[in-house]
Amino acid sequence: MDTVPKQANAVVIGAGIVGNSMAYHLAALGWRDIVLFDKGPLPNPGGSTGHASNFIFLVDHSKEMTAFTVDSANQYKELGVFTESGGVEVARTPERVQELKRRMASAASWGIEPVELLTPAETQKLVPFLNADAILGSFYTPGVGVVDSLRAGTLMRERAEEMGALSVWPNTEILGIDVERGRVAGVRTDRGDVRTQTVVVCCGIWSPRIARMAGASIPLTPAVHQMIDVGPVPQFAATVGEIEFPIVRDVDTNMYERQHGGELEIGSYAHRPILMEADDIPSIEASALSPSELPFTQADFDAQMEDALELMPDILADESVGVKYAINGLLSLTPDGMPILGETPEARGLWAASAIWIKEAPGIARAVAQWMTDGCPEIDPHASDVARFYPHQRTGVHVRARADEGYNKTYGIVHPMEQWASNREIRLSPMNQRERELEAVFFETAGWERPFWYESNRGLLGEFGDRVMPREAEWESRWWSPIINAEHLAMRERVGMVDLSAFAIFDVTGPGALDYLQTVAVNQMDVPEGRVVYTPLLNPAGGVKADLTIMRLGPNEFRVVTGGGSGMSDRKWFADHLPEDGSAQLLDVTSAWTTVGVWGPRARDLVSSISPDDVSNEGFPFASCRWITLGPVRALASRISYVGELGWELYAPFEEGRRLWDTLWEAGREFGVVPVGIGVYATTARLEKGYRAHGNELELEYDLVEAGLARASVKEWEFVGREAYLRRREGEPAARLCTLTIDDPTSSTGVKRYPLGREPILAADGAPIVDAKGRRSFATTAGSGPSVGKHILMAYLPPELASPSTGLQVEYFGERYPVTVAVAGSGALFDPGNERLKS
Amino acid sequence: MTSVLTFVEHDGGTPEKVSLEALTFARALSERMSLPLYALVIGADGAVASDALGAYGVAEVHVATDDRLDPYAPRAWAASAATLMDAGAPAVVVGPGSERGAEVMAHLAARAGLPLAANCTHVEPGDPFVVTRQRWGGSLLEVAELEAPVALLTVAPHAVQPEPATGPGAASCREFRPTLDEADLIVRVAGRLEPERGAVSLSEARVVVGGGRGVGSADGFAELEELAELLGGTVGVSRVVTSLGWRPHTDQVGQTGTRIAPDLYVACGISGAIQHMVGAKGAKHLLAINTDREAPIMAKAEWAVVGDLHAVVSAVNAEIRRVRGS
Amino acid sequence: MNVLVCVKRVPATGGRILLTEDQREIDTRYLGFTVSPHEECAAEEAVRLVTEHGGSSVVLTLGPPEAEEQLRDAMAIGIDRGILLESGGREWDPVATAAAIVDAIRADEAASGRFDLLLFGNEAADSGDYQVGARVAHVLGLPCVTGIKGLEVRDGRATVRREAPGGGWEVFELPLPALVAVKEGINLPRFPSVPGRLKARKKEVARVRPEWRDGGLRLQRLALPREQEGSVEILGEGPAAAPAVVAVLQRLGLV
Repeated sequence: MDTVPKQANAVVIGAGIVGNSMAYHLAALGWRDIVLFDKGPLPNPGGSTGHASNFIFLVDHSKEMTAFTVDSANQYKELGVFTESGGVEVARTPERVQELKRRMASAASWGIEPVELLTPAETQKLVPFLNADAILGSFYTPGVGVVDSLRAGTLMRERAEEMGALSVWPNTEILGIDVERGRVAGVRTDRGDVRTQTVVVCCGIWSPRIARMAGASIPLTPAVHQMIDVGPVPQFAATVGEIEFPIVRDVDTNMYERQHGGELEIGSYAHRPILMEADDIPSIEASALSPSELPFTQADFDAQMEDALELMPDILADESVGVKYAINGLLSLTPDGMPILGETPEARGLWAASAIWIKEAPGIARAVAQWMTDGCPEIDPHASDVARFYPHQRTGVHVRARADEGYNKTYGIVHPMEQWASNREIRLSPMNQRERELEAVFFETAGWERPFWYESNRGLLGEFGDRVMPREAEWESRWWSPIINAEHLAMRERVGMVDLSAFAIFDVTGPGALDYLQTVAVNQMDVPEGRVVYTPLLNPAGGVKADLTIMRLGPNEFRVVTGGGSGMSDRKWFADHLPEDGSAQLLDVTSAWTTVGVWGPRARDLVSSISPDDVSNEGFPFASCRWITLGPVRALASRISYVGELGWELYAPFEEGRRLWDTLWEAGREFGVVPVGIGVYATTARLEKGYRAHGNELELEYDLVEAGLARASVKEWEFVGREAYLRRREGEPAARLCTLTIDDPTSSTGVKRYPLGREPILAADGAPIVDAKGRRSFATTAGSGPSVGKHILMAYLPPELASPSTGLQVEYFGERYPVTVAVAGSGALFDPGNERLKS
Repeated sequence: MTSVLTFVEHDGGTPEKVSLEALTFARALSERMSLPLYALVIGADGAVASDALGAYGVAEVHVATDDRLDPYAPRAWAASAATLMDAGAPAVVVGPGSERGAEVMAHLAARAGLPLAANCTHVEPGDPFVVTRQRWGGSLLEVAELEAPVALLTVAPHAVQPEPATGPGAASCREFRPTLDEADLIVRVAGRLEPERGAVSLSEARVVVGGGRGVGSADGFAELEELAELLGGTVGVSRVVTSLGWRPHTDQVGQTGTRIAPDLYVACGISGAIQHMVGAKGAKHLLAINTDREAPIMAKAEWAVVGDLHAVVSAVNAEIRRVRGS
Repeated sequence: MNVLVCVKRVPATGGRILLTEDQREIDTRYLGFTVSPHEECAAEEAVRLVTEHGGSSVVLTLGPPEAEEQLRDAMAIGIDRGILLESGGREWDPVATAAAIVDAIRADEAASGRFDLLLFGNEAADSGDYQVGARVAHVLGLPCVTGIKGLEVRDGRATVRREAPGGGWEVFELPLPALVAVKEGINLPRFPSVPGRLKARKKEVARVRPEWRDGGLRLQRLALPREQEGSVEILGEGPAAAPAVVAVLQRLGLV
């Protein structure tokens, strides 16, 4: 047996579509001495690539997944392995007809053209063997096609080999991954060992097993996707090549049908979720076909056969057309349905590129290769970052529960605010019991149960009447309550209490703490003790990695507070930038502190009624923090606000949280205190104030200038991204983030409609808006503005449109509504002078 | 006298090779059991086999003679063995693992109400006997107890090499008339048919020349067509070839195509993916031609040529014509 | 005519057979189940006969409760009903198997009339006993031929053929009722259609629990034969290998 190279700059494990794409893109970016391993033979080593249906539908509601898919389709085309067939998603229900309109909107938001809604008859013209009576319409994307993913992999390997960058080792088993002092040091195989500091796990369903060798976790589960192949189909007899008719996604039955030469392939996501453990996947030798093609379980497919028969009777009722091949194919499911990418937090140099489908693999590989090369992927992968998972989200219980629940949503109509039902109540704040008593409706963030609104506030609806902007349409009433807007108004008039326990909190200490934070943060950290600084973090290309607040608690002591959703990946970012000399330490103290926000015109009255400390504007000015006494509790009070009101974030020891809540609650009665949910905190109040949110407005693909967060001057300290940031400050930005309001939300049928975010923003004439960098304008966030009486959208607009009073349109469920730019760039719709905040 | 009795098939007095294997196996058993080795041959011309059988250590050759035993009649042949069994009470009856051997022994076992261990590779005499026999066409072995007053077994083909006895031997030859009843004679060979000729379908072809992506183009199949024609076979392809439009879908061999079972499958430029091989697993012999020595097909093949398939196949075609011409 | 076909549920084995820890069974954790190719052809033959001559077809198996899957597979290509003899988790040798099948046939015939033809596979893919058909025929007093690759029924007689030892075919004539054991190649079995699959769900399966008996052949354990790895013979490289290839073709009698 030949032995492997002793040394490599990168080892890619897995030669499916992902591993081959990774090897190629690393080579293309200049990496050399790359070694690619697979336990199986080539060109089909036996993973999911080998049995995939290989089709590419372009439109997804997720911006990043669509971007990866479009890049992938272009790469497949360039490789000459893409066959355009067109694809239709058919609707069997009125709800789906509406959903297809939403897909039209996503296509416009992400720039997928052409797309078209078709009648049943028009659909049948394209797919003559489809029963038009079974459907109500369809969404047609002519650019849909199929690829030869095995061939693509071979070509990419060959290209990397031609560059002299790659050596390929099939039939080679990984025995171990060595980690020394937190960093990958080598890979052990049955053909010898390789020293390397970089390993990419591209092992699909086996990824958890391989990552575990390095002490890391890739929380996915192998799951069964059933596929059958029927033929010979007389209608396909004359087809030359692989495919002639458009692929059909029968989304209401969670199925698809696609021509494959003389056969029709039928796949299903409708059956019960059948999950496996990575360790239980059979070996290549023990498999009847391949390890990822398990025996078909007919009973799970019976119902789907009837659905398929109804949709395509011309083919499937023909008794001469037989089921020739049927498998339970394995694919990877993750707890949130997104891929798992990036360097693992457990082992430096160990990269994940897992839970990736054929349709997005080359695009993702390019992004991960860029990420590995200079830390700057062109497409922001934050929603897929392997570092996003909290420890509880890496448990088998969580992964299985969410995979189980998510499986049948593969083709589902998923509301943007839809909540998971399984494995809830993992992280409970100390106020949880009180919140239940107040009939909180809980939404989940990072495992935390957070009150989104309180049913006990229902009485406020009468108080505020139509100012709560009641919603008439079912879609935007789902996962929503007018009580949110009533809480908003009550807070703006009196005072509200918000449970903010989901914050992730890190303490940074040590003699090098200041220098370290100066290097990571954009804004000036060399501030007096007791100051609170809001700052973005940038990647080297100047894209926004995070935005958060940092309190200076002492000469060498800082406290970082960031959102729970991005807490884990932010923590990795901080940890990765720690000084080598150990002069600064990072400690995650999330579980030590609970936080209650107290905001509103009566906030000072409330706090001063239970505190002996000076909380006057002069004594405790905006953007400062200090310890104060609140009845029986000592808390770190920070005078900032994400809702644009006077008040404080109060940080108390976790175990004292309930007492703090009770104390505020009791004292607050006198001032009309209301419990306020995250619906206000995260959307309505922030939108009125024009505050940006990471993941909505802030991401790697936009810079601070575009986001309106550029300050008058840039600090001298060489912080990460400074050079790029300075460059971007020169000349005019390609886009500016603006706040827009809907002029009239009345639809053609007289119903008031309120977009929920991610909808396309169109020019007054209905044309798409594209900025100088080729980016489309879309609503980054949308929500009620009860205090301004308008439905508010935020969107990046090219400079020529980014001026107040510009009239534009937003597309929502197939209709266009007039919108007007209310604020161009930074600035607030409500209290633009920040008088409330600083009063 | 008690014995180890072996059913021997012969062609005009020449023992079949598989029967000689069975005889070699039975001789070892008879020696271990200290019993004489007897042979049963069917038909008067079987007597001619006596000398050859003597060399294999047979003490007595019992020749069943009755005109009704020719042509082949499975139950009547089994009745002949039963007649001998009734007369001589052998301890063991051994049959060859040939098609007729298996059939005759099955009928004998059914008639005698005795268990039968088929396709044995090893036997430990005793009470009960412990046999090792083939399952799954030899992919698996079974160790089993065989408890019966007379142990019936067939010997797996090619499990032992036929080997004459070391000492000189001469077999005595005894003819006997088997007891046959009407029912034993209902089933008998009633006629013979010559093998068919003519155009061969993929599923029935005795030789299939397979082409994969390595063929390179639709035109690239010319040499393969020629080889198939020279060998009286036909061309089959992997799925990618039909997907690329080089050949019609009806030519596809594999999971979703035609299942083939030729005597020889010549796989040219086919990597050997399992989905393809599932359709070709009925092939008795596999010859692979591939540029990649590491391709999975190479591990599955009986013979392989490393090299460009076009160059190799045209050279083979020329060589076949040269050999045939000379 | 009424036709019975007997099948056996066996694992669809992959590249390598693995055994359970007690070495008494194949490890089937990752395997699907099927019937042997001979039996697939027998079922196909039964469907064709009933299509041609009318009548009905029954598929019978002795196996675990899950063997219903194999009965449904047969019914999906057109067999009318099924009989499942539950094996109760025991190993049944050919004597015991044949006896249970005989009892079931007699019972079914008493209720539903005589079978004109009993179709068996030549040997089961897993146990390879080559005898159950002959035993059943003997007890039922039916004429029997094994190794069949051609079958025609006309005027109450079956004309069957099988490969002759020296090439070509030997032909047998059988009066019906009769039993034949068929071999792969007799026909090209169809794949079940989608409507066939759906119809099969509703067809009748009778379940019977026959009594196990000791037939005298008792499985002790299974073993894997020594592997013959790397048995490929490289005939050469490039066109220079042509004479060696032709030598192989000559050995196979093709040149």
